[in-house]
Amino acid sequence: MNAAQVSPGSGEIYTETVVHSAPEALLAEAPYQIAIVALDAGGRLTARIEGERVSIGDRVDFVEYRNGVAFFAKRK
Amino acid sequence: MRAVAVVGIGKTPFGAFPNRDLRSLAVEAAENCLADAHVRPSQVDAFHLGNFAGPSFVGQSHLAPYVAASVGVSGVPATRFEAACASSGSAFFHAFSIVAAGICDLVLVVGVEKMTSQPTPRVAEILASAGDLSGEIKAGATFPALFAMIARRHMHQYGTTREHLAAVAVKNHANGAKNPYAHMKKVITVEQALAGKPVADPLTLYDCSLVSDGAAAVLVAPLERAAEFTSKPVRVLGIAQTSDHVALDQKEDITSFPAIRKAGEKAYRMAGFGPADIEFAELHDCFTIAEIIAMEDLGFAGKGEGGPYVAEGRTCPSGEKPVNTSGGLKAKGHPVGATGVAQLCDIVMQIRGEAGELQLRRHSIGLAQNLGGSGATGVVTILGEA
Repeated sequence: MNAAQVSPGSGEIYTETVVHSAPEALLAEAPYQIAIVALDAGGRLTARIEGERVSIGDRVDFVEYRNGVAFFAKRK
Repeated sequence: MRAVAVVGIGKTPFGAFPNRDLRSLAVEAAENCLADAHVRPSQVDAFHLGNFAGPSFVGQSHLAPYVAASVGVSGVPATRFEAACASSGSAFFHAFSIVAAGICDLVLVVGVEKMTSQPTPRVAEILASAGDLSGEIKAGATFPALFAMIARRHMHQYGTTREHLAAVAVKNHANGAKNPYAHMKKVITVEQALAGKPVADPLTLYDCSLVSDGAAAVLVAPLERAAEFTSKPVRVLGIAQTSDHVALDQKEDITSFPAIRKAGEKAYRMAGFGPADIEFAELHDCFTIAEIIAMEDLGFAGKGEGGPYVAEGRTCPSGEKPVNTSGGLKAKGHPVGATGVAQLCDIVMQIRGEAGELQLRRHSIGLAQNLGGSGATGVVTILGEA
């Protein structure tokens, strides 16, 4: 099992931004939100947020890896 | 260690110059600098080139001898320094080091970047290569996005507002409008800055520095020989270069740049004084939040107090601590590899009393701060009357 297959679990939003001016590869997805997640297991991870927008302090759960990028979603 | 001086400066205007290539910009700045110091190319002992991404922007590698030979400098070490946006600050630090150590006498330091020949999305991609491609950039971060996340956290922890960020842009645009070398000579209002096109929340177009072409050069010499070249030598009173993580998510506290804090402490120690003695500064405002944080890291303002400090007008040319009188990266422009040396040129012009409409009343000790990436390289230089 490589690192990209291990779930980083849950965490809290340390900081976030909604990217409007996207790099070429992500133009079709803009605007999209990215965040630095403070993981419950320790350490921080830069991830994409899917669904509802999040703010600093929000709880988030890992959803899945897509092309090696971790996606998180706001805890309901 | 020998005392070191800047004995010559040279610049090109900053802007978008479709008919100029990298070499011609670098050569123009270098020749202006040699002329300023009345030095022939054959007298130069070493050539340092600060350049971030020439191989990506224009395709040319082996840039230092490529430019040096065109200036007429050959048969000496010619080396390119790359430290993202702190490339030429780093080139200058290493020029200082070899002159201070007595290895070389005359070192010509040139910073250059030719950015506007690439379409904007490609420029963004090249700039992003200064971040961690395996993590933050892969996840969709651009450079504005990294600084947007820094701004969000600073706002959260210290109550910094978008109005504070806008105050940086408004001040630097007002200054740049008076600088004949500036890329953008356009005065803006707080309302305009706040209503700018969103780039990465909370940053708008007016929070971001410009994509520019341009070059700048300085000639470094031992202070004991400075009188051979100029009647107005400027002494390097303190200097340091430091490093830190490239990836933002590896840093403990993103509301500060530890590389800048440490470089500032070391430079102050070398100079034998502290922030209160700095009369003016050129700070690395690649994004408005970066100027606010740099002021805090360098001790101009308390932690978290940088925003109000700017908004109260204390860093305007008429304030107690003028910052980015040149217009900064925001308005003067940010040809990445040229920025560090261009800051030094602007400080030297102030110290010599040659800054024209931008000339400050108190101008004997100035500080330049050059930041690489989102804080992985820091260079702080304190210059003063010799």
